[in-house]
Amino acid sequence: MGSLTHKFNDNILITSLDKLINWARSGSEWYFQFGLACCAIEMMSTAAARHDLERFGAMPRSSPRQADIMIVAGTVTLKMATRVKRLYEQMAEPKYVISMGSCANSGGPYWQHGYHVLKGVDQIVPVDIYVPGCPPRPEALLEGLMHLQDKIREEHTLAKKAS
Amino acid sequence: MTEREIYSALTARFGEKILEFQDSETANPAAVVIPAVLGELMTYLKDSEDTLFDSLMCLSGNDPGAEEPLEVVYHLYSMMHAHHFTVKTRVPRENGHVPSVALLWRTADWHEREAYDMYGIVFDGHPDLKRILLEEDWEGHPLRKDYVAAETYRGMTIAKVKE
Repeated sequence: MGSLTHKFNDNILITSLDKLINWARSGSEWYFQFGLACCAIEMMSTAAARHDLERFGAMPRSSPRQADIMIVAGTVTLKMATRVKRLYEQMAEPKYVISMGSCANSGGPYWQHGYHVLKGVDQIVPVDIYVPGCPPRPEALLEGLMHLQDKIREEHTLAKKAS
Repeated sequence: MTEREIYSALTARFGEKILEFQDSETANPAAVVIPAVLGELMTYLKDSEDTLFDSLMCLSGNDPGAEEPLEVVYHLYSMMHAHHFTVKTRVPRENGHVPSVALLWRTADWHEREAYDMYGIVFDGHPDLKRILLEEDWEGHPLRKDYVAAETYRGMTIAKVKE
C-alpha cells in the first residue's frame, strides 16, 4: 500500500495501463467466423449453448475487419491457403491465430499423400496456439483459448519490458 | 429392358462402333463404345421410347493403370422404365477427346469439368470446360496414375518433410 491509499473514493481502481489493455483484450476475443472442415463443427459446438464460448467474451464476427482472432478450423487446401493469408492480412492489429486440429497444425491425415493440402497453416500465417486433435473436442478448443488469454495477459503494449 | 436387351438394340443400330459388352456379377453391366459415336448414341438412349434414359446418374473419369487408356463411364437411369445402363468409352492418355453430353443432361456439365480437372480428358462441345476443384494455374491432373505431385505451389511447400 502506497501513499495513494485512501486518497480517493472507493470506486476508483488504480492499475497500469498495460494491465488494463491486456484485461480488455483477453476478455473480448472476437473470433473470425469461418471454418474449413469438420473442425468447424466442433467450433460451432464450442460456441453453442453447452460450452458457451461467449462466457469468455469470445463472439463470432463475420468480417475480418472486426475480428481479433482467426481460428483456422480444418484442412487448409492450397487453393484456400491464399484466401486464408489474405483474410489474415485484412484483420486489424492486434491479431492472433489459433490453429485448430491436426490438419491445420501439420496436414494431419493428408501428411503423406495430400497433393493439395498445405502441411501446416504456420507456413503462411504466424500461429499463437496449436490445438491438437482430429477434431479437437470443444474442451480442447476452450483450453487453447484460455492459453491465448494467458499469453495476451503477458503482453507489453506501452511499457518496455525490463531486460 | 434388361442391360443385355439394350446392348442388343445398340449393336443392331450402331454395329461395330459398339466394341464389347462387359457383364459381371459385381459391377453394373456396361457397353464399351468408341468416343466418336457417343453423341449420337446418347441422344438415341435418351430419346428412344424403349430406353428413355432421362437421368444421367453419374459421369466419371477412370484411370485403370499407367499403360492403359483412360475411361469415361456414364451411369444412366430411366425414371419412366426404372431401368439402368452403363456406357463406357476409352480415350488415349495424351490429348484424349470425348464429345460432351452436357447439352443432353445438364448434370454432365460439372461432372465433365471434374473429369477434365482430375484426368485431363477434354470434352468437345462443353459450354465452359475449365477446372472445377483445383486452381486454374495448377499443373497436371492429380487422379491419373502417372501423376507426380509437385514440390511447391505458389511458393508453398507441398512435399512432405523427409523422414
